[in-house]
Amino acid sequence: MLTVAAPAPLAAPHPASARAASVPLEVQRDVEQFLYRQSELLDGKEWQAYIDLFAPEGVYWMPAHPRQTTGDGEPSIFFEDRNLMTIRMKRILHPHAWSQKTQWGTSHVVSNVVVEAHDAKSGAVVCRSRFHMLEFRRDQTRHFAGSYIHRLVKGADGYRIGLERVDMINGEGMYEYVLQAWV
Amino acid sequence: MARYSINELRAMVEPDRVHRSTYSDPEIFELEMERIFNRVWTYVGHESQVKKPGDYWTVTVGRQPMIMIRGEDRKIHVLYNRCPHRGNLLIGDRSGNVEKSIICSYHAWQFAFDGSPKAIPLAKGYEGTRLDPTGPACAVKRAPRQDSYRGFVFASLADSGPSLLEWLGASKVAFDQMCDRAPDGEVEVVPTCFRVLQRSNWKFFLENQLDVAHAVVTHESTGRAAMDVEEQVKAKNGSAPLDYHFLSGFTMPLGTWDKMTTVNYPSGHSVLEGYMSLRPQDPISLNYEAIMKSKYGEARTNQILDTNIHHVICYPGLSVQPPLQQLRAIRPLAHDQTLTELWHFRLKGAPEPIYRRALGYFNLVNSPSTMVNADDLWNFRKQHEGLSSDGGEWVSLHRYLGRDDENNGVIRTRIGTSEAPLRNYFKAWAEYMTAGN
Repeated sequence: MLTVAAPAPLAAPHPASARAASVPLEVQRDVEQFLYRQSELLDGKEWQAYIDLFAPEGVYWMPAHPRQTTGDGEPSIFFEDRNLMTIRMKRILHPHAWSQKTQWGTSHVVSNVVVEAHDAKSGAVVCRSRFHMLEFRRDQTRHFAGSYIHRLVKGADGYRIGLERVDMINGEGMYEYVLQAWV
Repeated sequence: MARYSINELRAMVEPDRVHRSTYSDPEIFELEMERIFNRVWTYVGHESQVKKPGDYWTVTVGRQPMIMIRGEDRKIHVLYNRCPHRGNLLIGDRSGNVEKSIICSYHAWQFAFDGSPKAIPLAKGYEGTRLDPTGPACAVKRAPRQDSYRGFVFASLADSGPSLLEWLGASKVAFDQMCDRAPDGEVEVVPTCFRVLQRSNWKFFLENQLDVAHAVVTHESTGRAAMDVEEQVKAKNGSAPLDYHFLSGFTMPLGTWDKMTTVNYPSGHSVLEGYMSLRPQDPISLNYEAIMKSKYGEARTNQILDTNIHHVICYPGLSVQPPLQQLRAIRPLAHDQTLTELWHFRLKGAPEPIYRRALGYFNLVNSPSTMVNADDLWNFRKQHEGLSSDGGEWVSLHRYLGRDDENNGVIRTRIGTSEAPLRNYFKAWAEYMTAGN
């Protein structure tokens, strides 16, 4: 009785073992542009377009702690397939999503983009990056930061996310309020 | 000295309404710490959090920083997290293992896992002084009282008072129901604790847990969204994951919530019965029932699984959901600030898919991305700000007053949306706040 079809395990890279793959410049550029677009969609609250970045079996995953290699059968902060993501989107957009009616917004900055693996044949990519996200909500700001790992698959119209892993450095801390949108 | 007299405190709680200062006044919070939280039994943790000798978790009891640590003797010790020398916290992390002894980072005073002194450097320096390096003044102070029930460890800062079992009273069903649902009769903690800070008084959390009328209003957006997707998935695949129902259940009309019952005990403990039918007849549940029957027999299994409890409040600091193995500990930090610690458990001997249900609930409802508690937290904050205003003095608790059944001080609601649990909490509150003074 799985809610989410489990993607293959994906550990957070250890800095010493993580290495950049030798990839064509255009791959590096396309991956960076994809990550920038993801940030723009989140900050622009373009929820459906963000969900559409995911492949049909794609999963958005924020582990409860960095030692995890899977969200399958283990607690996570987010572990969502497109159906659960759609529930989250519809809930945010519902006129009675009381806590979401207050003014709020985010600004993401993505950097340190490293392509760790590139399959020249299929175009599939594993890439790692770092983000800072500032959220403003009802006269208060919160700051989240950490790393993304994306498993991207390549289709006719560009990259799609197979798995997005988000490790926040403050993910294990106390949450003042909670997270309502994807980071 | 307290600003409030006993009569003034008594006057804050009327049978059908309560004065806003019970939430908004920092002075009241000080008194609550002294008269409620320093007297009751507070949940410290589960024994399975500390498996090996030297394993520890730190926890706050009332306002006291404490350590729960497993001793060499396999016993669990609850100690003040304070070095008897110069007062440093002995342990600065949330959890871990101290290896051979508890060592203070300031002057290397060392203690056994039960808090007794083991080695104090520069012993010569104490010769001829009145400090005995092997005596009780050099031991880590223990919690005045500690006890556990079915693996759930509690501590009390009061030297005397009711025993843990006497104090739990009828609310011990929280732990019986959770453990009995395990074919092996016990549960094991999943060692991920989510912590959420709410900008409000602690009482809102407890009230909200048994305020069944709020659910359909507060959680409408999530209920509707989940219902939409659940129906789409059902239409496509023939069935939808059970987890979705944890969210779509909030679309039930108010009349359905009225069919639930709350049972309210004199100590403030209370039970919500009848929400969600948790004896589904799908293959996973039937397989689990078969295992249960092989361990407990048919009659006992039915008795365990037909107990329809949604959650139990052990007033004032704990909420337990036995059928989904969830536990929320409430730690008041200030009159307008409360920490909740969220845990879940595995039923020992139950098949993995049964654990996945508890996990689904934990991820969807209790994680920091919760689509449910998000709107509760928002309400708590707004409620606190509103009650701190001069826009009114009293909080209404009138709904269905006089239409509950009362027997030997135990109040059973006839109508689910009766505000009996709130009235009952405040009855217990007033008793604690005015007792023995």
